[in-house]
Amino acid sequence: MRSPSPALAVPAAPRARRRPSPLQLLLILCLLLAALALASASSGAVRIPLAHLADLWRTPADPQAAFWRNVLLEVRLPRVVFAIVVGSGLAISGAVMQALFRNPLAEPGLIGVSLGGALGAVGAIVLGAQSLAIIAPAAFVGSLLATGAAYRLGTVQPGVANLLLAGVAINAICASVIGVFTYQATDVQLRNLTFWNMGSLAGANWSMLAWLTPWVLLLSILLIRDWRALNALLLGEREAQHLGFALRRLRHRIVILCALLVGPLVAVAGTISFIGLVVPHLVRLTQGADHRWLLPITLAGGALVMTLADWLARMIVMPAELPIGIITAFIGGPFLLWLLTRRQG
Amino acid sequence: MRSGYFRILPALLTALCGALLSSPAPAADPQRVVSLGGPITEIVYALGAGDRLVGADASSIYPAAAEKLPKVGYYRGFAVEGVIGLQPQLVLASDQAGPPAAMAQLQKLGIPVVVLSAEPTLEGLEQRLEGVAKALGLGNAGHEQVARIRAEVSRLTQTRSKQSVLLLSAHSGKLQAAGEGTAADALLRLTGARNLFADKGYKPLSAEAAAALQPEVIVTTTLSVEANGGIKGFLAQPGIAVTPAARNGRLVVMDDLLLLGFGPRLPEALRELQAGLAARP
Repeated sequence: MRSPSPALAVPAAPRARRRPSPLQLLLILCLLLAALALASASSGAVRIPLAHLADLWRTPADPQAAFWRNVLLEVRLPRVVFAIVVGSGLAISGAVMQALFRNPLAEPGLIGVSLGGALGAVGAIVLGAQSLAIIAPAAFVGSLLATGAAYRLGTVQPGVANLLLAGVAINAICASVIGVFTYQATDVQLRNLTFWNMGSLAGANWSMLAWLTPWVLLLSILLIRDWRALNALLLGEREAQHLGFALRRLRHRIVILCALLVGPLVAVAGTISFIGLVVPHLVRLTQGADHRWLLPITLAGGALVMTLADWLARMIVMPAELPIGIITAFIGGPFLLWLLTRRQG
Repeated sequence: MRSGYFRILPALLTALCGALLSSPAPAADPQRVVSLGGPITEIVYALGAGDRLVGADASSIYPAAAEKLPKVGYYRGFAVEGVIGLQPQLVLASDQAGPPAAMAQLQKLGIPVVVLSAEPTLEGLEQRLEGVAKALGLGNAGHEQVARIRAEVSRLTQTRSKQSVLLLSAHSGKLQAAGEGTAADALLRLTGARNLFADKGYKPLSAEAAAALQPEVIVTTTLSVEANGGIKGFLAQPGIAVTPAARNGRLVVMDDLLLLGFGPRLPEALRELQAGLAARP
């Protein structure tokens, strides 16, 4: 739906009172994200004055400014960009999962991506791997294998419910094997294991972001291209088929795209829950379920929530840090409840 | 007994990591120091350099002065920005400190980092003491502490205990036994007593398994006893209640950090454990 030109702006329907158009909302979120990213980049245990931020692009002579520049470029900015990439990737895959499964509780972890990845990482650590260069690929392979297994076994019989249940079973198996590994782990290994179970943005660095950012962008675009089919699915599976969408191929494609998108995110950031589940709902409740706009707005919304959560995680107990998962749940939970009750009333 | 190589290997690896990691040379006499790891903090205070600490990790709770330091999170997952914000001239880190990405970022920013072995052995403790003293530019202070500890420990270890012991912690209500490779086990070995729990590291222990092991003495920590409502409550737990230790009231309760720290208070810890093992109810 296009918003009418200003001259013809009459209150069309009572329920659409002063709701921003999708494009406006997307722009607002992007502006908010930019402002938040700036604020996040300038504050922290080392305070970099906003006024100096622009000067720091050139290598400054002043040692204090040189220190700020180092902190900004080596520690702060990679982390802000990482939050944006991880947040948007998780949120958009959550949105398409919810559409594909026609289930509000669906999230990227449902088909085994997250726990499979965690299992791969934990297994690699317990078998002796120390560097991220081995652990991250192991996590990626783990998430692909788990998703592959869930998909294969879940599509033996038709219907999306089977795929969902297969995902639940695969997740349960992964969780129990992780438990066995945790029991076997030495004290040193346990420290590494908690990282994968809690999720963290502490591993941000440019060489990783250099491939992760284009990868997430590419897969997000491929997912957004399916918006018509996802809209048709809103009517029902049979209806979507009658409208001419090949459901089996769609399901196949979306599951693979999501695994390819979320697998690397789990591999580098561990399992960060909640963003993929709640952000799409937040967007749907404010904007409606038209996937042409829902998906891009979710992308921006996920980035926004994650950046905000990371900023708070760094600021609240300074100079220490809170685990990011605590903050995402703490912001998102009450906000979702508020939106839900407001719509009822 | 494990072969000598197994004992040396972790120390070698630590030394190698330390050599690779500590590329920026620390100032000869650093005055702003951040410590990552409770035992390391304790050593800094024991060497009389506590006033140079500008920050520590959450596990640094001894001595009392350490609790007032700004905390940068738990040393196994410390906040790198928190450390940088304190503008340290030197970071003293346990080799268990992490995540690795945070350690690498400290290097990139040119902050000197000295990594110290966390191994719970007498040799490990000596390396820690001398390593910290050297990094702080304290000359012989490390040697003096090492000599004092060595002399006291060798005097104390002349009396040997022969009891069978179970090392237990029960912080969240679930029993955990300490096996080979833990600091508590290393301390117990010095007394000569036998650790009945044969596995490695800390492992959950079922009530039945505790009963089956039939320990003569149970050693636990203050916090574990508090979590179970006092000594009576601790001994009344299912499984524990039927052991000879509980029947004869042979429970040794030690301060958590003293039992698990393997720090400069090692002789004190050893003396207290020996006294507890020798006591007749």
